[in-house]
Amino acid sequence: MAEPVYVTDALIAEDIDAYLARHQHKTMLRFITCGSVDDGKSTLIGRLLYDSKMIFEDQLAALETDSKKVGTQGQEIDFALLVDGLAAEREQGITIDVAYRFFSTESRKFIVADCPGHEQYTRNMVTGASTADLAVILIDARKGVLTQTRRHSYLCNLIGIRHIVLAVNKMDLVGYDQAAFDAIVDDYRHFAASIGIGEFTAIPISGFKGDNITGPSGNTPWYRGASLIEHLEGVALDSSADQSRPFRMPVQWVNRPNLDFRGFAGLVSAGTLRPGDAVRVLPSGKTSTVARIVTLDGDLDVAVAGQAVTLTLADEVDCSRGDVLAAADQPPEAADQFEATLVWLADEPLHVGRGYWLKLGTQTVSATVQQPKYTVNVNTLDQLAAKTLELNAIGVAELATDRPLVFEPYAESRTLGGFILIDKLTNATVGAGMLNFALRRAQNVHWQALDVTREAHAALKSQKSAVLWFTGLSGSGKSTIANLVEKKLHALGHHTFLLDGDNVRHGLNKDLGFTEADRIENIRRVGEVAKLMADAGLIVLTAFISPFRAERDMVRSMLPAGEFVEVFVDTPLEVAEARDVKGLYKKARSGQLKNFTGIDSPYEVPHMPELRVETVREDSEMAAERIVDYILGKRSDMWMPTI
Amino acid sequence: MTTQLTHLQRLEAEAIHILREVVAEAERPVMLYSVGKDSAVMLHLARKAFYPAPPPFPLLHVDTTWKFREMYTLRDKMAQKSGMELLVWQNEEAKARGINPFDHGALHTDMWKTEGLKQALDHFAFDAAFGGARRDEEKSRAKERIFSFRTASHGWDPKNQRPELWNLYNAKKHKGESIRVFPISNWTELDVWQYIQLEGIPIVPLYFAAPRPTVERDGMLLMVDDDRFALLAGEVPVDRSIRFRTLGCYPLTGAVESTAATLSQVIQETLLTTTSERQGRAIDKDAGGTGMEVKKQQGYF
Repeated sequence: MAEPVYVTDALIAEDIDAYLARHQHKTMLRFITCGSVDDGKSTLIGRLLYDSKMIFEDQLAALETDSKKVGTQGQEIDFALLVDGLAAEREQGITIDVAYRFFSTESRKFIVADCPGHEQYTRNMVTGASTADLAVILIDARKGVLTQTRRHSYLCNLIGIRHIVLAVNKMDLVGYDQAAFDAIVDDYRHFAASIGIGEFTAIPISGFKGDNITGPSGNTPWYRGASLIEHLEGVALDSSADQSRPFRMPVQWVNRPNLDFRGFAGLVSAGTLRPGDAVRVLPSGKTSTVARIVTLDGDLDVAVAGQAVTLTLADEVDCSRGDVLAAADQPPEAADQFEATLVWLADEPLHVGRGYWLKLGTQTVSATVQQPKYTVNVNTLDQLAAKTLELNAIGVAELATDRPLVFEPYAESRTLGGFILIDKLTNATVGAGMLNFALRRAQNVHWQALDVTREAHAALKSQKSAVLWFTGLSGSGKSTIANLVEKKLHALGHHTFLLDGDNVRHGLNKDLGFTEADRIENIRRVGEVAKLMADAGLIVLTAFISPFRAERDMVRSMLPAGEFVEVFVDTPLEVAEARDVKGLYKKARSGQLKNFTGIDSPYEVPHMPELRVETVREDSEMAAERIVDYILGKRSDMWMPTI
Repeated sequence: MTTQLTHLQRLEAEAIHILREVVAEAERPVMLYSVGKDSAVMLHLARKAFYPAPPPFPLLHVDTTWKFREMYTLRDKMAQKSGMELLVWQNEEAKARGINPFDHGALHTDMWKTEGLKQALDHFAFDAAFGGARRDEEKSRAKERIFSFRTASHGWDPKNQRPELWNLYNAKKHKGESIRVFPISNWTELDVWQYIQLEGIPIVPLYFAAPRPTVERDGMLLMVDDDRFALLAGEVPVDRSIRFRTLGCYPLTGAVESTAATLSQVIQETLLTTTSERQGRAIDKDAGGTGMEVKKQQGYF
């Protein structure tokens, strides 16, 4: 061990000024501790405070009194009592809310979020994890990896904590046995890999006895790694990585003390900024350059992620609270429809379709959430179908906002990807969420004005771009009719392309399965590809079951009005199943094929398709003819045979 | 090349961000100003957050009329320097009934401070009040949110706090409800001292050791700050070299014997000390160990 972790009183006593000069340069690490009720979490935190001299004599005296009165450690000091703050929980002997603790060593100050272990407090853990750089996951060496361990690890990973410490506690109670430690670490490694945790650091400790907390323990000669504190002191800070990303600053407040000064105040969430740098105001897209970085102590030459600053710009541009200032050449996107992962924090469940306030950075908009695609059982990590989200539920759902949000996926930015939902009636914070991706880009936001427009592309081909979207059950005749339509258009000299479900699944979407979520993603990708091709001036034909109305509408919303032509190939299930060209219905009926549309997965019939083909009444040739006429504008009437 | 922000720079940025969020979202914010060192840091942070504008809210001093004289002097000076409006509130009922720390004990704190604060917030219709409380001060503070929501009757429900994720604060509330906001929640006593030193923030001289007239009572060293101090039989003020780690009503605030006359020496003592900061406060000892939690539920700051 190179240096003592905690400073000695002698050093402070000898030369306080030298000591202070050194300690002004401490960095800060925020971490959370999570563990099951009896994993010794509070004891460990009490130990960290105790060892770093954060406990004073009067507190210690009170602790000793309390230990004898309500402690669980007999006559020994019960460190847990130090951190279990509220009267109610001291009686129950459990921690029921997030508590924040502070201690520091020679090189770092630490803020610890003490998070409760039991299931009903998922929301507290997510709260504590949201500001943490690192998580210490406690395991009782006698019990090994438990359901709760898995749950905590999943939540930490979900919130995007990159540094995980597996603290195998109570090693004293298993005789400091290396085999016991190794077995737990192996077990955990398998689990961690399965949920996408790549690396973690495992340390054998005893919070009660103090082994491997501040320095190496003589009881574990077989362990050569860092002690817990040494590890916490050495971990690289996320904030450094943030500085190398493109500049971002959500505007909090416009500072206008007089007519000559107009400053934009905010916390730099990413990047580095200097006067003269080109910045873009989002969502308007207007650009300017930074004139000054103003502070009470004089102007700054540079500002970095993590600093709260006030900027002035060289030009008079519209910019107010809720806008985002960003590096001009690498701006974030704006969108109004997203897929998000949600954590529900309120007793009152999510109401699908109800308007909530959504706060992201300094933007507050109204948002509605669709029915969840699935929820995650945090114990088994299974994905389950759900109609809503109850307290402590975690689910994936699409949401729409009433105006565009400037955002980045949560994986790239906690600031521009993390949000809370607020009940408009009670004002309670009812949900927290992480944006995964945008479903479509807001139409009024243009990053790059293209000189050759989509209209120009189409004009060169003497046609109008369109996406003919064939939807219907498997075996309904989508591909057959789409093929015929393409042949006819091609023969007439039109530039077309047919995207076929089976073919796309061999390439672009070969990573996707047939769960509801994968099917939605399948359609989203096909929609994006179809849109690009339409932008290139092509008449695009797609033949996908595309069973969900929401996804078809999503693709419709990506395209200019009139360019999305929904063709409902309407064939009754009995007829399609009787045809069973690919033998799939047979497999589905026998249970070999899961999530098969029409059998054990629903098909949502289009409400208002542009065209409808009843294959039991109209043959493919006639239907194709009719579709070609429609697309070439020869028939504008939406003729549909009556049922 | 990356710039490593120090822990104090990060704490400062967090506090400034919080101050600005409140100003952007609340209708009538106010900063509670008790003239102590935490208040001094808060005022300084507010000046930084809104520079070159003066902080766009007034300072509110809930006065008990029993503060140290040096506190009143600094209060008026700092209000002038910051360009902020200073509101002083004294509970008229407490004044009329002659409530004082010598004769009324806990009632004094309740009437002048808890009730006085509620009256002032109601009177001026403030919907957000900044306070300098820190989570390291006391057990129940450790669990309080940065935005601490209060009902129309100023009650705090520890079981029903709004979750606070990332640095997103929900400042929405109904008419009559208010929010207490604690921008330096994550600072420790040492952080506060170091920041005062680094930034050269003016503080009340009582924090530095000097010979002052004192009496010893109930295990506490009390300073005889003016002639209202009711001496008990046999008590004779004695000059001792003392300083204060925390400042409140002078008859309720215990001093420590010290020779620390500079900031470095004060920090040195703080680092080497063996008793916690609030140990000199009589208020925490009421009602067993849960005094503060109960007081907060009643609306104490």
